[in-house]
Amino acid sequence: MEIFFQQLVNGLTIGSIYALVALGYTMVYGVLKLINFAHGDLVALSAYIGLVTVMQLMGALSPVLLIIATFIITMILTSLGGLILERAAYRPLRKAPRLSAVVSALGASMIIENGIMLIWGPMPRIFPASAVPNANYNIHGVYISLMQVLVLVISFILMVALYLFVNRTKLGTAMRACAIDQDAARLMGIDVNKVIVTTFIIGSALGAVGGLFIGMYYRGIYFNMGWIYGLNAFVAAIIGGIGNIPGAMLGGMLLGIFNAFIAGYVSSSWSLALTYVLLIVIMILRPTGILGERVAEKV
Amino acid sequence: MNKEKLLVVDNLVVAYGSIEAVKGISFVVHKGELVTILGANGAGKTTTMRTISGLIKAKSGSIKYKDKELTGLPAHKIVGLGISQSPEGRRVFGTLTVEENLMLGAYTKTKVNTEILDKIYQLFPRLQERKTQLAGTLSGGEQQMLAIGRALMSEPEMLLLDEPSLGLAPVLVKTIFETIKQIKENGVTVLLVEQNAKAALKLADRGYVLEVGKIVMEGTSQELMSSPKIQEAYLGKKKNT
Repeated sequence: MEIFFQQLVNGLTIGSIYALVALGYTMVYGVLKLINFAHGDLVALSAYIGLVTVMQLMGALSPVLLIIATFIITMILTSLGGLILERAAYRPLRKAPRLSAVVSALGASMIIENGIMLIWGPMPRIFPASAVPNANYNIHGVYISLMQVLVLVISFILMVALYLFVNRTKLGTAMRACAIDQDAARLMGIDVNKVIVTTFIIGSALGAVGGLFIGMYYRGIYFNMGWIYGLNAFVAAIIGGIGNIPGAMLGGMLLGIFNAFIAGYVSSSWSLALTYVLLIVIMILRPTGILGERVAEKV
Repeated sequence: MNKEKLLVVDNLVVAYGSIEAVKGISFVVHKGELVTILGANGAGKTTTMRTISGLIKAKSGSIKYKDKELTGLPAHKIVGLGISQSPEGRRVFGTLTVEENLMLGAYTKTKVNTEILDKIYQLFPRLQERKTQLAGTLSGGEQQMLAIGRALMSEPEMLLLDEPSLGLAPVLVKTIFETIKQIKENGVTVLLVEQNAKAALKLADRGYVLEVGKIVMEGTSQELMSSPKIQEAYLGKKKNT
């Protein structure tokens, strides 16, 4: 039973990270019907930005301030990256066939990935162990680290905030409207470009938090890590129902827990293969993903 | 007649690639008027409406609203000037609630006036009954009411209605047209595009007839209704022999 709860805690932690990254895929897909393949690499970039920030500020700030400053700086710089990505790679192709945008996304992905390699080199880089104090709590034999608590709490707060933003605010409602029908949204007086830019900013900022968590939790970061984390998060978004925001959260959590149980009860070397078995099973049972349900449109 | 010209379309050309859908049309809508544009499928009615709202760019010509040039303005700025549209096919946001749809209609307002919402619920009591329901679950007639109500939320001076009767049962068509009459009586200028020529002419002050991208006839509703050509082609009456 201890293994079960231990893996549940581990699974929720990695699941939160997947969920944060998956939100970026699903939100952009929602408004643009485009898979932003460069999103995973933006997440990798954020881990490097975070590493540089931590190295620069360590010693100058108290541990709490260091973490806060690192998150804020990384989120801002990564959002800026997302903004440039949208302007340079996607906006010029807004009216082009869908495939052109996909190719542009793949190209942007390679540019970011190789850019990271050129700047920081091909060898893995290690987050300093002291970035987050290494404290562990033992609750009835289940270990939970301070880092895990941080991941769970911050992710939860961000997801609730996002949910409220999308469902309760004017701009959030405009975002949902753009996801349904952009021309109709324009007729409401909604500046669709502004909404798309907002989507990229929020998606990138959440991805930046995910990237930082990867760096601080696993510590080792490498230039092409965007591929595998991005892929997992993308699968999570599809499992939950791509385009659906609560779906991305749910999909991320499910995939995280699933992977942790595979690692705990089978072997971690099976986790990627079985992830796809899970994906295929869900796609057979619910082709639109768990929450990706379409309301029948009457004509 | 010395009425204020609200909308002046002059020699408007709109093209999709190399195909011209609207081939140099000119028409005027005066303040307070209800003007209808009649025509068959593919005549260019919806293209004209979409161009006025800024969803499509004009190839040449001008659209002036209160002496302000609209061509070249993005769609979201045109709503703020006082022109809103209920588009063809209603285009309600299906996975949003009825009330969310209505609130989006007032997106350009910094503060939503609850009086307008009340007015729209008065105009369409059905919408109030169903305000928490998802718009996609409404019937076709209710969706049309929602599309019109949503367009009215921005308190437009001019309302563009594109095929409000499309696909509705005759009894609902009557209701919708009665509402349009009421909207006009409230002082809103209306430009109505319709295939249902009979109902549209009954309501309208004046009308234009569009055929393959050109205006082939214009006049007051009386004139158009008594024209043999209109009677035959649009009102389904046979020639008297």
